[in-house]
Amino acid sequence: MSLAKHWRLQDQRYKLIGGQCEACGVRLFPQRQVCPQCKSQQVRPYEFGGEGRVYSYTVVYDAPAGYEAFIPYVAALVRLDEGPMITAQLTDVDLNDVQIGMPVEMVTRRLRQYGEEGLIVYGYKFRKPLPDQPA
Amino acid sequence: MGRVYVIGSGQTPVGEHWDRSARDLAVASILDAMQGAGIPEADAIYVGNALGGELTGQEHVAALIADFAGLDGIEALRVEAAGASGGAAVRMGYLAVTSGLKDIVIVTGVEKMSDLAGPAVEEALVTAADEEYEAIHGLSLVALNALLMRRYMYEHGLERRDFAHFPVNAHRNASNNEHAMFRRPITVDQYENARLVADPIGLLDPAPAADGAATIILCSEKVAGTKPDSAVEIIASAVATDAIALHDRQNPLFLQGTYESARRAYAQAGIGPDDIGVYEPHDAFSIMAALSLEACGFASEGQGVRLAMDGEITLEGRIPICTMGGLKGRGYPVGASGVYQIVELVQQLRGDAGANQVDSRLGMAQSMGGSGATTVTHILKSLH
Repeated sequence: MSLAKHWRLQDQRYKLIGGQCEACGVRLFPQRQVCPQCKSQQVRPYEFGGEGRVYSYTVVYDAPAGYEAFIPYVAALVRLDEGPMITAQLTDVDLNDVQIGMPVEMVTRRLRQYGEEGLIVYGYKFRKPLPDQPA
Repeated sequence: MGRVYVIGSGQTPVGEHWDRSARDLAVASILDAMQGAGIPEADAIYVGNALGGELTGQEHVAALIADFAGLDGIEALRVEAAGASGGAAVRMGYLAVTSGLKDIVIVTGVEKMSDLAGPAVEEALVTAADEEYEAIHGLSLVALNALLMRRYMYEHGLERRDFAHFPVNAHRNASNNEHAMFRRPITVDQYENARLVADPIGLLDPAPAADGAATIILCSEKVAGTKPDSAVEIIASAVATDAIALHDRQNPLFLQGTYESARRAYAQAGIGPDDIGVYEPHDAFSIMAALSLEACGFASEGQGVRLAMDGEITLEGRIPICTMGGLKGRGYPVGASGVYQIVELVQQLRGDAGANQVDSRLGMAQSMGGSGATTVTHILKSLH
């Protein structure tokens, strides 16, 4: 399994770096060369804060090959606070305790592994925000 | 631009054909169609096939099939647009004839899915979605549609059970289609009690993977004139796309691409949704059937499921859908489905639909790729 294929997505997967259009101000994830709103090609990198709300979710019981070890898992569409929507798993969550509208925050987790001795791929998932810790 | 007609068709039964490969199935449907139409040769063949490489290790299928069908040297190309591959192949055939460059074109859709098991098939199917931003997170196409279904239920105050009317209608109609994979009706209770695949989608909601091949013969007005009794005209053909990932859609619950494809087709035909008598949607999931009804103007936004609950999608209803079983009851050999839809519309418009006959002169078929990123619409008209 290609290392480069995952390596080149590090900024997106680990840091939630997307884009912001300099012409119309819209924020996108992932970054694109062409702004989907105004078609300008002046899109610059933008780092998202990682907070958002659940737009929809599903509990997966039949997984595609490679994800069987995670069953059952929650996949969701999350509306990031800055505007765009993102697809990700929810993690550290009780399957019966997920609601549309609930706030979530980004964390870095294992996405999958390619066989016993293969590449382990990490990336973003979302969990319920932890309560504030004392300083 | 010239007029385009369908003068012949052929189809294999849809099912698990352990003893037949993709090339066997495709060739059988081609020979069936050519013999039925009395056409000994053609000017081109376009083959719709979505997952030949992923599922059987075979790409380049048009050249392969042309060779084994005895069509030496013919112009042969494979067309791929995920679940819309069959419809896309029809589109290519339509363009070839309407342009005046080709008089007789064979369009075949074929998919061979039973060589691999469940998880491997799900992995192959999700190549229709965004690999880097949807599939990598463990989303299957079922899970993507489940996200839509849950949001739709939330916004419109519906239960899982309310969606049952789509598969119930599909299986009822499939029971009279000798080529369909499933021949027994199902009940709303069976739908509701089936185990969950990706909540809220249960096992009796998704159209099942299957093997099959279907072929139509397209021709110009000149050739159609020699076969006046069997010709059905394609009066509109339109393709539109939308963002491939659900998260990139303006409103995930509105199929913008399907709306645009239908709008272009209606404009070309000079008609509106009220003129359509039979609709073959891409009912890979009941939520897709509901959203398609809305995008095409058969129901207003949020009313697609209610239309089914009111019985309006049955053979006796206001807008009969899936009249020979749809993807759900017929079975869903991915790249072939768009061509099966045309074969069945031709049956309807010729009066050959038997117990499932709907009295109509205008039929519409839509073939969709992924969760709505590509939509191909065709409108057919009977000549009588």
